[in-house]
Amino acid sequence: MEAIIQTEKLSHIYSAGTPFEHGALIDVDFTAYRGEYLGIIGHTGSGKSTLIQHLNGLLKPTSGRVLFEGKDIWETKERTHQTRFQVGLVFQYPEYQLFEETVYKDIAFGPRNMKLSEAEIDRRVREAAAFVGLSDAILEQSPFELSGGQKRRVAIAGVIAMEPSVLILDEPTAGLDPVGVENILSNIHDYHVAKNATIIIVSHSMEEVARTVDRLVVVNDGRIPFAGAPCEVFAHEEELIAMGLGVPQVTRVLHQLKKLGVDVDDTVYTMEQAKAAVMAAYRARKGAV
Amino acid sequence: MALKDITLGQYFPGNSILHRLDPRTKILLTVMYIVALFLAKQLVGYGIMMVVLASAIAVSKVKLKTIFRGLKPILIIIIITAFLNLFWTPGQTIWKWGFLNLTVEGIWSAVFMVLRISMLILCTFLLTYTTSPILLTDGLENLMNPLKKIHVPVHELSMMMSIALRFIPTLIEETDKIMSAQKARGADFDTGGLMDKAKALIPLLVPLFISAFRRADELAIAMECRCYHGGEGRTRLRQLKYRKADAAFLVGGLAVCVAVGVLAHFGL
Ligand SMILES: Nc1ncnc2c1ncn2[C@@H]1O[C@H](COP(=O)(O)OP(=O)(O)OP(=O)(O)O)[C@@H](O)[C@H]1O
Ligand SMILES: [Mg+2]
Repeated sequence: MEAIIQTEKLSHIYSAGTPFEHGALIDVDFTAYRGEYLGIIGHTGSGKSTLIQHLNGLLKPTSGRVLFEGKDIWETKERTHQTRFQVGLVFQYPEYQLFEETVYKDIAFGPRNMKLSEAEIDRRVREAAAFVGLSDAILEQSPFELSGGQKRRVAIAGVIAMEPSVLILDEPTAGLDPVGVENILSNIHDYHVAKNATIIIVSHSMEEVARTVDRLVVVNDGRIPFAGAPCEVFAHEEELIAMGLGVPQVTRVLHQLKKLGVDVDDTVYTMEQAKAAVMAAYRARKGAV
Repeated sequence: MALKDITLGQYFPGNSILHRLDPRTKILLTVMYIVALFLAKQLVGYGIMMVVLASAIAVSKVKLKTIFRGLKPILIIIIITAFLNLFWTPGQTIWKWGFLNLTVEGIWSAVFMVLRISMLILCTFLLTYTTSPILLTDGLENLMNPLKKIHVPVHELSMMMSIALRFIPTLIEETDKIMSAQKARGADFDTGGLMDKAKALIPLLVPLFISAFRRADELAIAMECRCYHGGEGRTRLRQLKYRKADAAFLVGGLAVCVAVGVLAHFGL
């Protein structure tokens, strides 16, 4: 696999030189591969938001480097600026950054900053709106008249419209109802498939990320203790619980079953996989009797 | 540099004797110090003021680096003052070049002016560094209580001040966040002419105002829900109380003030 974003010994210290000095990231080596769907999980205050803000050059490393497609994003000013368009970042509660008179204009803000032609801007705005399921009628409304969930989608469309090759989302489903969560997750998945984009999604819900991602990176106290496929990461159940994270409920149930002596595959983390594993164990047992 | 690193008027928690003094004492001491600063005329007077400030800083345990960083924003004012005093004070000329006229008196008055301004700023900083905003407004309200007799809305003023102080860091944080979010969409706040820069502020200011109004709304509702109805008959969780140390410090402050005044009278 080819790396698209990498950090080398990345450290970030907030308020350096004041009594509030705080090391939020310490010697982090992070890699995202081209075209993958990556999840970042960590307890509140572990440094997730700090990490992702380095990936598109919003925060400058206190020490260490950030590479995009193998080149240091801080090499020149121009490079930093270009990286912002290549690596799209949707902030936590992005609905608070809307400012234009109409939804259309707000989504067009990013593409316009890229100095694209009017026709291209129009195409991108409409396509981005379609990705997140916003109808044409909504495009002409004021963003401030929409519901919270709709605002969130407008904000996400505003980043998608830049057609970034890497899309990073900081807790995109925080504060939404279950249907809203499903919708947003499937919108993101659609973008991933359609543009073959790399997706990095930050979350602290294990259930949610476990279902969607190819690979998981765990952040704890400004470091990355584990990274790998969900089933590999969830094998560290005890460490994860010590970090205040835990594993998905179904995984916990199967780990417990295994402890009780049932011969079942406990490397699963979704309901469907669990069903299959339990059925397989059941059949094996019946066959043996 | 992040906006958050601005230290102006910031509180640094600690447990030194200065931190523990009653806020009213500290406010009064600061006022006394400023009065004494203006009374001081010559070397001995300034010497005393410097020793007092230095020992206060030492006692407060606030880092020297932090304290002096506070002077940075007014560095330019200090430099201009020094320059004006150096070259435009009439007296015994040492060096002359064009309209610049360096005099002995000029050197002295520049030194004194720079000292006076720096010490003035440093002593007020020391007050805010060692006193939490809440205590500071409590103290001010208490000291201004007599003004209620002439219908000055003391309580309302101090409530406004504490709310403003409380929300400054929140607003700065919010500004930082919205700025980052818009930068992530390619907004550029640094380059371009004046017009471009003003225009670039729209994506920042609109969300900021909206959220400020939302916060104000929420705060008003939260206050009403807890039956806030102004200052009438309101009691406090934390009562301000003068202690022995406060009396000692106040007497000491007064003594310094008088001493500096008397010394200045005798031209020292
Ligand atoms: N602007 C800032 N100034 C100072 N400290 C900060 C700042 N932003 C974050 N921190 C600190 O850095 C640490 C990591 O913060 P970060 O926002 O990256 O956490 P997070 O993992 O995103 O948490 P959450 O899940 O709550 O969003 C925290 O301890 C936080 O207090
Ligand atoms: Mg965060």
